[in-house]
Amino acid sequence: MSAKDTRKLIVLAAIWAVLILAPYWMVPLGGYTALATRVLVLGLAAMSVNFLLGFTGVLSFGHAAWFGLGAYGAGLALKFLAPSTPLALVLGMLLGGLCGAVLGALLVRRRGVYFAMVTIAFGQVFYYIAFQWSSLTGGDDGLRGFERQPIDLGLLKLDILSNANTFYFFVLFCFALAVGAMGFILRSPFGRTMIAIRENERRARFLGIPIERHIWIAFTLSCFFMGFAGALYALVNNFADPRGLHYSQSGDFVMMAVMGGMRNFWGPLLGAAVFVVVQDYLSSVTVNWMSFLGLLFVLVVLFFPRGLLGFLQRGKA
Amino acid sequence: MSSQTFGPKFNRRTLVKGAAALGAFQVASPFLIQARGETPIRLGMVDPLTGVYAAPAGNEVMGAKLAVEHINAKGGILGRQAELLVEDSANDVGTGVQKCRKLIERDQVSFIIGDVNSGIAAAIAQVTNEKKILHIVSGGHTDSITGKDCKWNVFRVCNTTRMEANSVCGVLFKKYGKKWHFITPDYAFGHTLFDACTADLKKLGGTVTGNELTPLGTTDFSAYLIKARAANPDVMILLVQGSDMINCLKQIVQFGLNKQIHVAGTQQELESLAGLPPEARIGTWMFEWYWKQPGVPGVDKFIADIRKVNNGHVPTARHWFGYTSAMSFALVANQQKTLDAVKLAGALEDFELPDDVKLQPNKVYYRKGDHQLMTSAFVGEAQSTGKDDPEDLYKVDEIVPGDKTAPPVSDTGCSVKWPT
Amino acid sequence: MTQLLLFNVTNGLIIGAFYVLMALGLSLILNLSNVINFAHGGFLVIGGYIAYAITPYIGFWGALVVAPPLTAIIGLIVERVLIRPLYGRDPLYSLLLTFGLAFMIEDGTRFIFGPQGKPVTVPPFLSQPLSNDFFFITGYRLFMVATVMIAVALLFLLLRYTRLGVRIRAGALDLETVAALGINVQMLRSLNFAVGIFLAGLSGVLAAGQLGLEPTMGTGLLMPSFIAIIVGGIGSLPGTLFGGLLIGVASGLTAVFYPAASEAVMYVLMAVVLLIRPRGLFGEEGMLT
Repeated sequence: MSAKDTRKLIVLAAIWAVLILAPYWMVPLGGYTALATRVLVLGLAAMSVNFLLGFTGVLSFGHAAWFGLGAYGAGLALKFLAPSTPLALVLGMLLGGLCGAVLGALLVRRRGVYFAMVTIAFGQVFYYIAFQWSSLTGGDDGLRGFERQPIDLGLLKLDILSNANTFYFFVLFCFALAVGAMGFILRSPFGRTMIAIRENERRARFLGIPIERHIWIAFTLSCFFMGFAGALYALVNNFADPRGLHYSQSGDFVMMAVMGGMRNFWGPLLGAAVFVVVQDYLSSVTVNWMSFLGLLFVLVVLFFPRGLLGFLQRGKA
Repeated sequence: MSSQTFGPKFNRRTLVKGAAALGAFQVASPFLIQARGETPIRLGMVDPLTGVYAAPAGNEVMGAKLAVEHINAKGGILGRQAELLVEDSANDVGTGVQKCRKLIERDQVSFIIGDVNSGIAAAIAQVTNEKKILHIVSGGHTDSITGKDCKWNVFRVCNTTRMEANSVCGVLFKKYGKKWHFITPDYAFGHTLFDACTADLKKLGGTVTGNELTPLGTTDFSAYLIKARAANPDVMILLVQGSDMINCLKQIVQFGLNKQIHVAGTQQELESLAGLPPEARIGTWMFEWYWKQPGVPGVDKFIADIRKVNNGHVPTARHWFGYTSAMSFALVANQQKTLDAVKLAGALEDFELPDDVKLQPNKVYYRKGDHQLMTSAFVGEAQSTGKDDPEDLYKVDEIVPGDKTAPPVSDTGCSVKWPT
Repeated sequence: MTQLLLFNVTNGLIIGAFYVLMALGLSLILNLSNVINFAHGGFLVIGGYIAYAITPYIGFWGALVVAPPLTAIIGLIVERVLIRPLYGRDPLYSLLLTFGLAFMIEDGTRFIFGPQGKPVTVPPFLSQPLSNDFFFITGYRLFMVATVMIAVALLFLLLRYTRLGVRIRAGALDLETVAALGINVQMLRSLNFAVGIFLAGLSGVLAAGQLGLEPTMGTGLLMPSFIAIIVGGIGSLPGTLFGGLLIGVASGLTAVFYPAASEAVMYVLMAVVLLIRPRGLFGEEGMLT
């Protein structure tokens, strides 16, 4: 094992240790467990965006749609189908992923700034559906009247409803599953191809790689991850609302990915942590938090375009 | 099942000790916790300080802040100082829920106020109920909060949509005629308000010529107004709120429709009238509270106090909502000499507000059964310019007590389940 | 019924004209600089509030003349300081930057002018309907359409017959060649950006008279302009013009039959157009990919 691999392993172990122990170190530092849960869920969403953006080089600015659909899928399943948390997660993921797959087929021929525009606009289609179809979705008031359900594993029952820590660990488990799958895909030959497309699309095309199909698959996978994150978000709030589908939410996700560092697998999680904590803190101390958040966007774009991790790594090199 | 069924095996206490060392970084960390001990009693408030409801929300917060000042001037709550912690829900349910949890879990507030947005109010009511914290909804009107979704710990200061409809529909029917056309915002608040109005109209023997459901945030109402005029009603009833109300009224006046059809509605707010050009301040409405009440005890002092912190502007109904919500908690806590939410909620049932809080002539109390505040409706007409004061934009004809406008508890669909 | 339809088509054209003004500015900036200006709605708000602030001193007409250039100057400063460093980088960055800028503008206006809506009074003779039958055609709305038409005509003349216009059009097609011909591309981009923001400022003043002002109003008006561009075909200004009018009419007509979908219909229209003709109605082959 080379020194580089060892260092990688140590970093990985450290990341997971920090995540697993979060409920214990956050509270004394003045945080609260629900904040950590939110970081995990939004972090997963940002990593899903980055799965497409950072590793295929395709910018979707409408990914909140799949996130929100995941949330509605989970909520509707809990409310109308069966009081089962795993079922809700699966159905939420399917709703987000399948809708994404269909639309992705329409979009894959666009590139760059046009791809971004068209994804924004299509994302808004779903926003308006959620907003207007009030008999099903609750419209602007959001979908309520469902609660995440305890998980019965036979031997032990996880009370994820009222115990904040148990719920955090449950979310962490789901997060680990999704991130594991993501890492696995990126290490597969398919993942290598994605990076090849990002680096030089024309060359990849000359090598006989069916670019459109690869981008479509990557887009679809990323939508499934997004739907899964959205389903978790519905469980966090016991609620789903149309604002989760709005393009400004997409903007937040892209920002998290960029702020953390989009060329790095873990970057978006760091970005999400910084983003969520900064927003949570700022909006408690000043009404004008939007200005500061906007300023953060501007500063990151102008001075840290490679994100925090990119900046640190370059500093080291 | 107990909550300790899942968790890592290692000893939690050692971890806490380790974390205490980390606590040395607290000064540098943004989450600064003050020393516990003789801590003040904390009141939490969640309201959408940014977004489309920023104006009413800001006013509610201003009112609550004034209340806390008054509370502390009179010796605080249970002899301790009161402290108000305000969080911005950003008009987003997820953020609202998050902020509510933060106030309860991290800041350990004893009481929650909020939100202007009915959807967020209902969502945080779920949280406060789960955490057993007393909660007063200051400004979200949807019936279900003190109706079918009512909870033992949740009370409400502002009117229900049904109360709003009942207060003004009779007057409109008598004054303007029986064919009504509605402009309704397409979300729960609008739908319940529309249902309440049409129920009243049917009872009175009138007809609905049509209902234009407009998406929230509509800027251009011309298409709906064209349709409404084609239906040829006696009265056009506007149920839209906030900037939608402003845009709709402006266009009605620009089109000259107010010269052909009477324009009226239910809830109107000073914030909206102030945002209109003078010629568009028209119609018959109900206010939930109005500042100009000569001779009513306490009102002049309230106006003077708010003017001091509000750039010289008068208080609106929203100021009064915030003020009353916070005062109610202080009053009942001092009366019961406890912070126990269940006991306080019990004592708030049929709790009557004193003169210097209710600031209106009629009896005002939280009704036992559905926890709705029986507050008056100020029925009257908008006026283009104030006579004595530039902000006197409304002429009150009648102040209808809450008992008269609210349906009986048995009709609200509420049955409160108390914790055992 | 025919009367209702006629009314709504006319009404839709009036609304559409307003979208066109916004969308043309957005489109100009997008075509030449490859920047999706999320802050375009913010600049509209700035234009409107400037008009609100100066109307008491110089009247509505004065504000109409002064506010758009002032907005354009602010736009120019923003372009110089914030956006210029991002040319040539991934469009992602300018997108995020203007996204953050939109936050700051909304919050800034709320901080300066307060969250409460502000009315802007228009000259009384404009705020009357022209006839009792066509009550929805007020003097002001007619004036608005006329202003939009004049602005659009001037813009097309500028692009067609002036040196600046020819360069902008050439730059939108092939910036490298234009640069190689010794034209100052930075200057070209700045001026182009300023023209785009000028149009946003003008929309702001017009919207202020029609709707009144609110810090959040920019966001709601941004999306229809996006769709107008996509429907009309990215890269084509006549397409943008046509797209704006089309979605105005579509949403006006939908409001008659199925009001709940009056906003969603724009997106449906967009989806249909993209399915049948992926490059948009007037888009040139190659611009979209």
